This record gives sequence, structure tokens and C-alpha cells, in this order.
Amino acid sequence: MTSAILVSILMTLVAASTPILLAALGELVAEKAGVLNLGVEGMMLCGAVAGFAVAFSSGSTTLGLFAALLAGVATAMVFAVLALSLNANQVATGLALTIFGIGASSLIGAGFVGRTIPRLGPIFPAALSEHPWLRVVFGHDILVYLSLALVIGIGFFLRRTRPGLILRAVGENDASAHAIGYPVIAIRYAAVAFGGALAGLGGAYFSLALTPMWADRLTAGRGWIALALVVFSAWRPGRLLVGAYLFGAVATLELQAKAAGVSFLAPEVLAMAPYLATIAVLTMMSLGRRTGRLDAPACLGKPFSAV
Amino acid sequence: MNQPREQIVPSRLALAHISKSFPGVKANEDISLSIAPGEIHALLGENGAGKSTLVKIIYGVQQADEGTISWNGEPVAIPSPKAARKLGIGMVFQHFSLFDAMTVIENIALGLDEAVDREELKARVAAILESYSLPLDPDREVHTLSVGERQRIEIVRCLLQKPKLLIMDEPTSVLTPQEVERLFSTLRQIAAEGCSILYISHKLSEIRALCDSATILRAGRVVATCDPKVETTKRMAELMIGAELRKIEHSKTAGAGAVRLSVTGLSLPGEPPFGTDLEAVSFVARAGEILGIAGVAGNGQAELLTALSGERLAPGPATIQLDGKAIGQEGAGARRALGLACVPEERNGHAAVPDFSLADNGLLTARHRVPLAPHGWISRGSVKRFADSVIKLFDVRTTGYGALARSLSGGNLQKFIMGREIGQQPAVLVVSQPTWGVDAGAAAAIRQELVDLAAKGSAVVVISQDLDELLELADRLSVINEGRLSAPRPVASLGIDEIGLMMGGVHGAEAAAHA
Amino acid sequence: MLEWRRRREPSLPMLALSPLIAIALTMALGMIVFTAMGYDGFHAVGSIFLTPFLEPQRWADIGVKAAPLVMIALGLAIGFRANVWNIGAEGQYVMGAIAGTGVALLTYQMTGWWILPAMVLAGILGGMAWAAIPAFLRVRLQVSEILTSLMLTYVAVQFLYFLVRGPWKDPDGFNFPQTRMFTADQTLPTVLEGTLVHLGIPAALLLALVAWLLMEKTTAGYAVKVVGLAPAAARHGGFSAERTTWATMLLSGGLAGLAGLFEAAGPFGQLTPQFPIGYGFTAIIVAFLGRLHPLGIVFGGIVLAATYVGGEIAQSTVRLPQAATGMFQALLLFMLLATDVLVRWRISWKRRAA
Repeated sequence: MTSAILVSILMTLVAASTPILLAALGELVAEKAGVLNLGVEGMMLCGAVAGFAVAFSSGSTTLGLFAALLAGVATAMVFAVLALSLNANQVATGLALTIFGIGASSLIGAGFVGRTIPRLGPIFPAALSEHPWLRVVFGHDILVYLSLALVIGIGFFLRRTRPGLILRAVGENDASAHAIGYPVIAIRYAAVAFGGALAGLGGAYFSLALTPMWADRLTAGRGWIALALVVFSAWRPGRLLVGAYLFGAVATLELQAKAAGVSFLAPEVLAMAPYLATIAVLTMMSLGRRTGRLDAPACLGKPFSAV
Repeated sequence: MNQPREQIVPSRLALAHISKSFPGVKANEDISLSIAPGEIHALLGENGAGKSTLVKIIYGVQQADEGTISWNGEPVAIPSPKAARKLGIGMVFQHFSLFDAMTVIENIALGLDEAVDREELKARVAAILESYSLPLDPDREVHTLSVGERQRIEIVRCLLQKPKLLIMDEPTSVLTPQEVERLFSTLRQIAAEGCSILYISHKLSEIRALCDSATILRAGRVVATCDPKVETTKRMAELMIGAELRKIEHSKTAGAGAVRLSVTGLSLPGEPPFGTDLEAVSFVARAGEILGIAGVAGNGQAELLTALSGERLAPGPATIQLDGKAIGQEGAGARRALGLACVPEERNGHAAVPDFSLADNGLLTARHRVPLAPHGWISRGSVKRFADSVIKLFDVRTTGYGALARSLSGGNLQKFIMGREIGQQPAVLVVSQPTWGVDAGAAAAIRQELVDLAAKGSAVVVISQDLDELLELADRLSVINEGRLSAPRPVASLGIDEIGLMMGGVHGAEAAAHA
Repeated sequence: MLEWRRRREPSLPMLALSPLIAIALTMALGMIVFTAMGYDGFHAVGSIFLTPFLEPQRWADIGVKAAPLVMIALGLAIGFRANVWNIGAEGQYVMGAIAGTGVALLTYQMTGWWILPAMVLAGILGGMAWAAIPAFLRVRLQVSEILTSLMLTYVAVQFLYFLVRGPWKDPDGFNFPQTRMFTADQTLPTVLEGTLVHLGIPAALLLALVAWLLMEKTTAGYAVKVVGLAPAAARHGGFSAERTTWATMLLSGGLAGLAGLFEAAGPFGQLTPQFPIGYGFTAIIVAFLGRLHPLGIVFGGIVLAATYVGGEIAQSTVRLPQAATGMFQALLLFMLLATDVLVRWRISWKRRAA
């Protein structure tokens, strides 16, 4: 295999992994604070459509990214008001958010179907990535580097900083955190908003970087896979990185097989692969874990009310 | 009138005419008290007397409707716990605010109002542990610690803030007698350094041993302020309870009857994530007797109860025998049908479903012995009648069988649960913490029911942390420690210090010796 | 300021009223949103929520769409009561249809009264089998059924695509990706001559009644509720959470499979790639709109079915895109979750104390 092909495969792998990594990192922070937001898919779709719409009408992908981020936060706030302030069931609220995201993105996106925009480009000057192998290092767009920086940043934040400690405490034992005097609900709002922002960006990665063209439901369930990856990672950002890139590898393999016209496997069977792989990974995680649910934040998904 | 006394040194804390009501309850009414610097002041009262509300007001968790608080002679407002800590008030709660999956040092850091560098914090914690000779490893995760060690985390948290007033809420309810002694010497040292202590308890002997003065609350009001070292225990108890103490009537059938429940070599792994393994537990319970099982919380009591109730199955059928029948592999329903009834410690969500009516809660466990749902079809009429009869016979204060379990007070719900089980006339009743969080009147009634049930020929096993309760009720007493059960001994032959040592596992080898 | 007080017991009037309040709020919010987006919001809402009920010729259509929604939602609601979150009903619906269609293709040249019952049985079993996977993974390996059941939906849909484009493609179908049309013996009979009203509608009503009896009158229904509300109490009372998880998963999978088969053997008459239209997801909203109560679900199914019918009307009257229906349904679920707060809390206006 020539190095050019290998480099192109690696580039595809990074691109396939990044949106899931972004969304999963956001969800990891929300879950560390004790909130299970199943609406990742919906927030991603809202981010994707907002990013596309703004990039399309303004001509600026940067503005598109900001719009995606804001759209992610806005939808996350809908979740937060229902699940955190009104104490609605988190599972149901997350599902509602996903159904909403599918409907809203498809409604707003109806006018954009098939339209294209300039793709989100690499941030480093092209001169740096002339050599194919340098491309693997310097040839990516800003979100790739952002996602990698966030892996380190979130890891440091959770392990080493006081706000990170407090956030974990809120997810571990909300009643105690409240008794000590920490604003449980406010901290959870912040964590959910952060999750929404990253989900929005992750969604925008589909519409601005991967396929700079609008299509209905273009995230194709990646939000759910991001949720599964958080479980796989045992709530550790480093393992999330591994998981997201493993998943990216499966997706890349699927694309390569399709492109190469592998005939013994129907395209539909290949399309099942990511979802089957996710189930397999979740199953293996459980097989490897004999001691119960020590890893999950103890208050994950439980409603909290100070009154 | 109960005016704060004028002193040359102003009181550290003075409360004047504090009142606080909740819908339907006057929790505090016109309460005044004052605490001098370095004084250990007891706040004494039964459950529901208004102690916790008063403490929450002092610590800024709740605000008084009326009255004033003075701090070192100056009137102050305490709008939040943070404000309280800023004044120099520290509090150790009865239920610790700890994070099980985090380390001691992380827990301490979380209890501080400002960020402290990790290394500096470690040094300061080490200094405090040393000067009060408190053994505690800062890097251990909390779930691996004993209750006494957990309490030390809370105390260290408070001491780091150099408090002027330390509030201790029922600090000894979960400690062994030895741990209590150690706690008292720490508290005396803290007080000697000039810090005032407000010590909340209903245990008179402790207050006599530790406190300089005492304020006694009943039904939200101050009924007396006294010197506990001068006042008699009996007098204080009467002030606290407001009536003559009711004695349990034993109708002893000495030399108990046939073996009804026998457990032989029961071993079971603890429930994840933080459970205790049961190791070769053996005992018998005979007709007509009450067997007490003492022990500090978290030593396998929960595991023992679920293993007996059938919520978890025993490794072999013969490990547990009821009236000679091997039932170790039978499920909870089958065991109950055969006459083994159990009442777990946790009322809400374990013994009862909070969101169900009392009628539906009756169905939960009574359907095996009372025909409430023949062939799987629920007979509403029978369900209501059964709940109604329990409510009437056991004097449960409620609006009726339709009331949700969550709407009942702890004591009333416990009476309903006990009534539901006793009403089925079980051959053996195993009950954990029968009077935990229950007011004195209901506790006496529940204990009487247990004695009466035994008198009718059932075997009763009471698992409790409350030694006084066990000494009052039980004929024989075992101690559970780290999942091992000591051989039962007649209560009459035991001294309290002996039990204490067994509970703390100091004589672990002895405690492990089985019947 | 608003004063919030937790009610000691849930308010029964609010339990019944809150879905109606949620519908009213959704209508109001929908009007605002669609007007802001440049549509005729007033008529859009009217078309979606009112026209279907006002025009009797639409009623049969509402019934046809409500039947699968009610069937799926009945199973889901029982699961939700037990804290079993099967959100992959869409996949079980598809697999039910696939299994039933499999029987249809095998019996293509046969006749007999038994063919349709055999298809029904296959449909139920197909849905159950698909639901058995997440049930097994949850009970034996503690894998969240939420994620696995959803992932399996994507797999089921791809499987359907594979079949209709490949082995099951109609040989006389001009290469369209679809199966043969079902024969008369393979098609659901209509109940009212000359209408679309098929056997599925009375079946759904009957199932609702059975589900109600099951939940209210039997210890099995009682077990479902205890397991959901207080798992430890359920164990204490001698109920097995594992068995309940299995039962509710298989029940909801079977009902979804049955709904899928009815849809395939009824309105569709064959399988096509357009077959999965999201009933499995919409049924989640139906379950909540019906407050997880079997009889409430009949009401919820009718309302959501009407939004489908009304969405089609609005496409022609105010040129509202089809996607608007989905957003309307999601708004409704948001409002339901929000108004649920009225059941648990008493909210009153109070002047702030000085």
C-alpha cells in the first residue's frame, strides 16, 4: 500500500472520529455532574442545521461554528429546564430532545437539502502539510485539534482542579454536595450547557466539515454512539479518545470497503457494522466488569430537588 | 423567663425567642439559650422535639420566623451555611455529607470554602490528625472506612476552619462504646482550647459524662435548662419525654422452646459495590425467645437480613431451616408463605413503596399468607380490609388505607409495616432497626408487639445498633462484626463494655467463634 | 413570586388535566413558532389539531394510524412503568413486519384461513426476538437496554433495506426495491365495508382493555409497578426484577411486532423501504400523553394519529413541510414533561414576605 493511500485512510479516520469524540466529551462532563442527557443526537442535529444555515447565508464557516455551538447550548437548556428545574424524568426528556432535534433540523433544513457550502478547511498553512506524512499532523481543521486539546483539558479539569472536584462531587452525591453548600442545580446546568455546546460542534462537523452539504438526519445515530462511548470509557477522557478513534476505524473500514466494492458483503450489512460494533463493545465492557457499577457517577440520572 | 445571663465575657452564641413553623407544625417556639466560650452545651430532646430545626437555624440552613441570634454579644444574621462557617460555626451532621467514591483528602477539600493547594492541605490535615491523635489515612477512599473514621473526616473538616462553635448532631448513634470514648476525649480537648460545643443527643448517660450544661426541648419548646452533672437521669428523662417512662412487660417463658429458625455456616459475598461478606454465620432462634444481634452499621446486617428474607438465596438449601424445613434456596415469597417474615431497616423503598397507598403496601408482603390475590387476581376488597385491620390494630395514625406511604411519619409507617408482618402471625420474625427514627411512644408500642409475638410462640430476631434497645428486649445477644456473628450469650450475663469490645472487633477472634 | 410546594400526594385532577394543558400549550407555542418561521401559524395549528376531528371522512384515517401507535405504546408504557426503557420499538416493529412477510412469501401460492394467523404469530415472535436481545443483555450483563434497543433499530432498518433490495425483491416488480404484494389470504380484513378500517383497530382497543386489566387487577401488573417504583421493595415482596424485565421487554417487542405485521398486511400490503415511518418513536410520545395508562394511551394514540393526518392536511393548506409534524410531536412531549410538574407540585402566586 502506498503511503498516500495510508495517509488518506488516516485522514478519514480522524475525520470520522472527531464529531463523536466532541459529542462524547460533552456528554462525559454532563454525566460526571450526574446528568444523563440522552438528547445528544438531537443536539447534534440542531447544531448541524444551525451551523449549515448560518454558514450558508453568511458564507463564513466560523460563524457557522458559533451558531452550531449556540444551538447546542440552547437545546441543552431546554433539557436542563425540564429535567433539572422541573424534575422531569431524564430519560424521557432526553428522548424528547432527540425527537425534537430530528423534527426541527429537518424542518429548518428543508430549504437547504442538496445545497453545498465551502468546507471547513485546515487551520495550518498548506505549506506545512505538503509532505503526506506531515498532513497527518498539520492537515486538519480546527475542531480536530480542539477535540484533542479537550481530551487533555477535561481530564486535567476533572482530576486536578477544584471546580472539577466539585463537579464530580455533585455527580457522586448530590445531597451531600447540597448540604455542604454547593449549588447543585447551577453546576448541573453548566455541565449540561457544556455538553450541549460540544454536541452542537460535533453535529456541525457533519454539515461543515465531513459532507459540506445538507441532508436530512445526516448524523445517522452518531449521537447515540457517543453516549455508548461514554459508558465504554468508564467516564475517563483518555479512554474516550481511544474509543472514538476505534469507532472511527470501524467507520473508515466501512467506507473503504464500500469504495473498494467489496462484493461479498452487501452495503446494508456494512452499514450495520457501527451499530453492531457498539453493541459488542458495550457487551464486552460489561463482561470485563465484575464489580457492579463502580465507575458510573453514583447519582447519574437521578433527579435532585433541594426542597 | 429564660433570659441569657449577663456575663463579663459575652456568650459565644445566644439565641433569644427563636420561633419557626412549618405548615401544620410549630417546630420551634420561643427558644432561648446561651453558650459560653469553651462550654460543652447539650441540646436534649426526643425525636421530633425540634432539635434539628434549631440547629439548622444556627447553621444557616433555615431561617427563623422570629427571634434573634447573637454571636459574641453582637446580633447577627446567618443566611447560609457559608455565613455560619465564616462566623466560626462548624457542624458535624448525623448523616455525613461524604462522597464514597472519593478519597479522604478530596472530601476534606470539598468541605472547605476556599481553594487550598493540595500539598498544603495535606500538611494541615496531618497537623490536625496529629495534635488530636486521630488515626485517619488521607488517601483512602471513603467507602473503605468505618463509620467512626468517616465521622473523623467531618470533624477534621470543621477543625480546619478553626471554629469557635462546633455543633455535633447525634454523633454517637453509630459508634461503638470505645469509639464514643475516643470522640469524647477529642471533644474535651477541643473545648479546652476555647471552642464551644453544642452537643445534640437524646442519650442521657453521654450528656452526663460530657456536658457542662443542658437545654431540654420538648414539642418545640424549652422545658428546662440544667446542669446534667447535678440533675438526676430520671428527672431529665421525664422532662424530655414528658410522661412517666413506660416499662416493657415481659411474660418470660424461661428456657425457650423448640428451634424455629436455624442458620448453619451461612457465607455470602457482600452486595456490590461496598457490601460486607457474610462469613459462616450460624445461630438458632427458638420459640418464645427474642434473639438480639448487635453491631455497628455496615458489618453485614443488611446482608444477613436479605439472606434470611430470601431476597438473596443461600448457597445451599440446608443452610437456613425453618421449623426443620430447608429453605435456603427458596425465594422471598415462598419463605414468607412458610412463615418467615422479615422487616428491613430501610422503610422507604425497601419495606414499603413510598408512592403506593397503604392498601397496596399491605399487598406487597401479605399476599403469601393472607388471601389477597387468589390465582394472581387482586381482590381489592380483601386488600383494603387487610390494610384497615392493620391500621386499627396497630394504631397507625393516618387518613386511611388510601393514604400514600410517603405521607406517613416514620413512626407511623413503621407501625404499619410491623403490623403488616405481625398480623400474618409469622413463625419467625426477623426485624432490623425496629425503632430507628421512631418517636418514643411508637417505639415502646413496637417493642411491646415484639415481646407479645414471642410470647405467643414465635421466634423473634432483632438486629439493632441500639444497645439499650437490645438489652431491654433480647433474651440472648450475639454481635455481628465484619460479617461474622459471635456465639449468642444470655443478656443477663453480659456487661456493656464487653458487648462494646465485641462490636468494635477488638476481640475479633472471640467474636468469630461460632455456636 | 411563585411559591412551589411539593404535594403530599399527587393531584388526581392534575393527573387527568395536565395532558390537556400540554396540548393547549403545544398549540399556542406551535402557532408562535410557525408564524415566526413565516408560515400561517394559526391555520397550521388548526389544520394539524382540529381539522382531522372536524371532518368525518378523516376519522377512518385517524383510526388506521392510531391502531399501531396504541399497540406499540401499550407495551412501551408497561415497560416504562417497570423502568425498562425499550426505545427500540421501531426496530421491533420492522422485525415483526419482516417475520410476517417471511411467512407471506413462503405461503405465496397457498390459500387458507390459517395463513394470516400464521403471519400474525410470526410478527409477534419477530418483534419478541428482536426485543429479547436487549432484554438478555440487560438482565445477564447489565448493559443498558436504552442504547442496545436503539442500535438494533438501525440494524433492523438496514436489514429491511437489504431484503427488499436483494433476496425478497419482487421478481415482477420492474426492479423496484419492494416485495410482492400480499394475497387476499395474507391481507388484514377490513371491518367496515368500503373504508380503510381494518381489524387492527378493534384489536388495539381490545388490547388496551386487556392491558388495563393486567395492570390494575393482577399481581403481574402490580409486580411491574413495584419493580419500577422501588426495586428493593419488589425483591423484598418476592418479585423478580429480572423476570419483570424479560416479561415487559418481550411484551413490548411482541406488541410492536404485531403492529408492524398489521401495518404490513394492512395499509401497505407489502414491504418497501418506506415502511419504517417512525411509529415506534412516536409511540413513546403516545405512552407519555396517555400517562402510561392503557386507557389514556387510546386517547394519546388518537391525538398523535390526528397530528399525522393533520400534518398531511397542513402540507396542502399552508404548505407546511412534512417535518413540521415531527417537531409538533416533540413539542407536545416537552410540554407533557413540563406540565407533569403540576401533578407533583402546588404552584401558587404569593407576595414576597418582607
